[in-house]
Amino acid sequence: MEERSTSSTAVSTPGFLRRCVFSTDHKVVGLQYFFLSFAAVLIGTVLSLLMRIHLVWPTVSLPFFGTIKPENYLAFLTMHGTLMVFFVLSTVPQSGFGNYFLPLQLGVSEMAFPKLNAAGFWTTLLSFLILIAAFFVPGGASGAGWTQYPPLSAIANSGPGQALGTDLWLVSMGLFCVASVMGAINFITTTLKMRTPGMDLMRMPLTCWTWFVTAILSLLAFSVLLAAVILLLLDRNAGTAFFVPAGLIVSGKAVAQTGGSPLLWQHLFWFFGHPEVYIAILPGMGVTSHVLSVFSRKPVFGYRAMVWAIVAIGFLGFLVWGHHMFVSGMNPYAAFAFSALTTAIAVPSAIKTFNWIGTIWDGRIRFTTPLLFSVGFVSLFITGGLTGPLLAQPALDIYLHDTYFVVAHFHLIMAMAGLFAIFAATHFWFPKMFGRMMNERLGALHFWITFLGSYAIFMPMHLLGTAGHPRRYSELTGVQYVAAMAPLQKFVTVAAIITMSGQIIFLVNFFWSMFKGPTAPANPWECTTLEWTLPSPTPAGGFGEHVPMVNRGAYEYSAPGAETDYLMQDAPGS
Amino acid sequence: MAIALLLAILLVILACVYLFIAHPVWFPAGVSAHAAGVDHQFAVAFWLLGALFVAGHIALGISLMRARRRGKVTYTQGDWRLEALWTVLIAVLFFGFNVAGVRLWSQMKFQQPESDAVQVEVTGTQFEWYFRYAGADGKLGDTDAQRFAHPEEGNPLGIDPDDPAGKDDMVSTSLVLPVGRDVDLTLRSNDVIHSLFIPAMRFKQDAVPGMSIHAHFRPMQTGEYEISCAELCGTGHYRMRASVKVVSEAEFKQWVKSKELPSTAK
Ligand code: HEM
Ligand SMILES: [Cu+2]
Ligand SMILES: [Cu+2]
Repeated sequence: MEERSTSSTAVSTPGFLRRCVFSTDHKVVGLQYFFLSFAAVLIGTVLSLLMRIHLVWPTVSLPFFGTIKPENYLAFLTMHGTLMVFFVLSTVPQSGFGNYFLPLQLGVSEMAFPKLNAAGFWTTLLSFLILIAAFFVPGGASGAGWTQYPPLSAIANSGPGQALGTDLWLVSMGLFCVASVMGAINFITTTLKMRTPGMDLMRMPLTCWTWFVTAILSLLAFSVLLAAVILLLLDRNAGTAFFVPAGLIVSGKAVAQTGGSPLLWQHLFWFFGHPEVYIAILPGMGVTSHVLSVFSRKPVFGYRAMVWAIVAIGFLGFLVWGHHMFVSGMNPYAAFAFSALTTAIAVPSAIKTFNWIGTIWDGRIRFTTPLLFSVGFVSLFITGGLTGPLLAQPALDIYLHDTYFVVAHFHLIMAMAGLFAIFAATHFWFPKMFGRMMNERLGALHFWITFLGSYAIFMPMHLLGTAGHPRRYSELTGVQYVAAMAPLQKFVTVAAIITMSGQIIFLVNFFWSMFKGPTAPANPWECTTLEWTLPSPTPAGGFGEHVPMVNRGAYEYSAPGAETDYLMQDAPGS
Repeated sequence: MAIALLLAILLVILACVYLFIAHPVWFPAGVSAHAAGVDHQFAVAFWLLGALFVAGHIALGISLMRARRRGKVTYTQGDWRLEALWTVLIAVLFFGFNVAGVRLWSQMKFQQPESDAVQVEVTGTQFEWYFRYAGADGKLGDTDAQRFAHPEEGNPLGIDPDDPAGKDDMVSTSLVLPVGRDVDLTLRSNDVIHSLFIPAMRFKQDAVPGMSIHAHFRPMQTGEYEISCAELCGTGHYRMRASVKVVSEAEFKQWVKSKELPSTAK
């Protein structure tokens, strides 16, 4: 109640700072996360471009920078992975769109804890700035990869970026964890306690289901990473030895610590890390289900099965972390359990795919940009997903682990599928966020380039992996059989350059439409969910005094006997 | 637009299938005893998963082709029977495939190496591999990297100079093995994690500081095969290579003898 009154006074005295910067309004917070990720994805993409160019043309000299040295490559690699996983894929779908649309889809104008929510954003921003600052300290940013395996990450003289750069990485991640936990508590409480009358759990849009389950995963997973990061910081700076074993000698210097276990970090990291990949993709699955239903003008096929699949994936996601550790020296008996459980998680994923195809089957499809990207998502999810059961077999993973095969696998299923969901969601909700429509022609063009480009970049990487090309190699010349793969690597780089140039179309479309696009009606796509009952763009006060009454589920498209082919959730009748 | 999307999906199917059939780069020939089993399981995987990839995309394509411009949409909330059928089908396929691979793992990990196996200790360091053989006494000397390791003085592993067992230890920068005999590796590291990757042997194992990890395989063909490092270990990770030389039993004995000369031993 206290929170409520403060934020409504903020609305009635609209100073710019209160309104757009230090606001506790969930819509503003959502947009702040969205634009933060926008910055992160630009940096992350440029870094991947530099890596790709360096791999095949190692002598190219960059303006103001010179040639890329191995430590630069590893720093770019680590920052690319960290920015993309944390500040893009864990941020836009959940904290960006989730903050903006979870309350609106549930029919409320506020989150449960608006101040906590805003604090979450500012903590994330701080975390981002600290991460980027690492580029500018002596030695540069950390080069230990986004997985930061000790002792490489635990000992400051193990490499150029392993000094201050790695401390900054760890502090940044610690703050990110705190922010994610804040956001998660808020999402969970809002979903459980704030839903408007009639919005039963089983009437929620699938987007809300995925935001809810993702929040639970965030709460549990990020707490574990937070603990691990603190322990590693202590190992580095306070002389503890959680992860550092006895007898090490690094760069000619003896290390004093004794008694730690490098594998302990891997267990903690992947206990976080595997749920993390579902944190990154579950909201994207929700968006895909939602968009496919809207533009096929059909209910989601198997709504209940979808809900159960989301819950099953979330639960099983905590039981499979060992599949990252088949060659780590972990007890080989454990591999049986992790292998079987990983195979089990493929089943709910297959159910979801089946239901997406079932949703568009015999629909009256409207080929809008959001639909195109959602179909693209399904395609990438099939392609990237099918290599999962293969990697889940320890006898096969022994060969493919830490090769480009894995790089191909996770980029297709997580990175590219995740981005496609973000593009779908951006085109879909743009009218509600900015009051204007994005250009459909540019949207389609952008889709074609990105869809074919993603396959051109990542399919050949499977082959590099089968030929035994290890990942995280800054140059191809160190190992002879790797050097022989340069032609295929060149092909990948050319495909990446073309695909990335195609992203300019999106940038132009986005910013042009924001200011010059045709103004959007309240419900341009003829959707059923509650956010579309509000004018576009969403008014500052949300639903205001109005309390929507929900009378039906979220996907009543083409219902028999209805006048229009969509029935709003709050329309009267039953 | 439906047509364009269909064509794109068709293009993706054809290009991917072509890529895997043409495979400009591919597995090197497998030359260890377990390689044939692994390669067979890979072949099963590629056929099974490839078929599902094509089938999934064809289903996606058909569903787009049936997009109705006008006319009534069949309103359906789903179909439990179809759903259950699909779940059972996919579970049987995936678990069947999984169980088929279990034996392979057991063979690789739970079958002990033969008693005549060559014992080699492998140490990863930034950014070099060292292979240590026990010499005539069959015993490896104690090591203490912090006290004795001096790469520039020919003792990179820090073998204790006062331990008699270490006197005849031989340290090599390439892995020399007799053909047809098991090799029992003990993997170690004194700095960061490395991973010994021998693609031709279908072999990979991390070398973790603080742990001595055993792993074994049996080379079946003479020749020279490359070793790379598969775990990020620092700036020189990309060039942390070595080679396995698989030779006849006689040549192996010869090599051991030549190495045992006091001048090279240490
Ligand atoms: C735009 C297209 C992209 C390209 C061309 C690209 C390229 C690359 C390259 C070259 C690497 C290094 C591979 C290696 O040396 O091992 C890499 C690693 C990685 N990428 Fe991307 N990437 C792209 C997008 C993304 C996105 C959207 C994500 C979001 C999750 C992502 C996540 C990662 C991760 C987690 C790593 C591993 C980093 C590490 O090894 O520590 N990438 N990517
Ligand atoms: Cu995982
Ligand atoms: Cu390495």
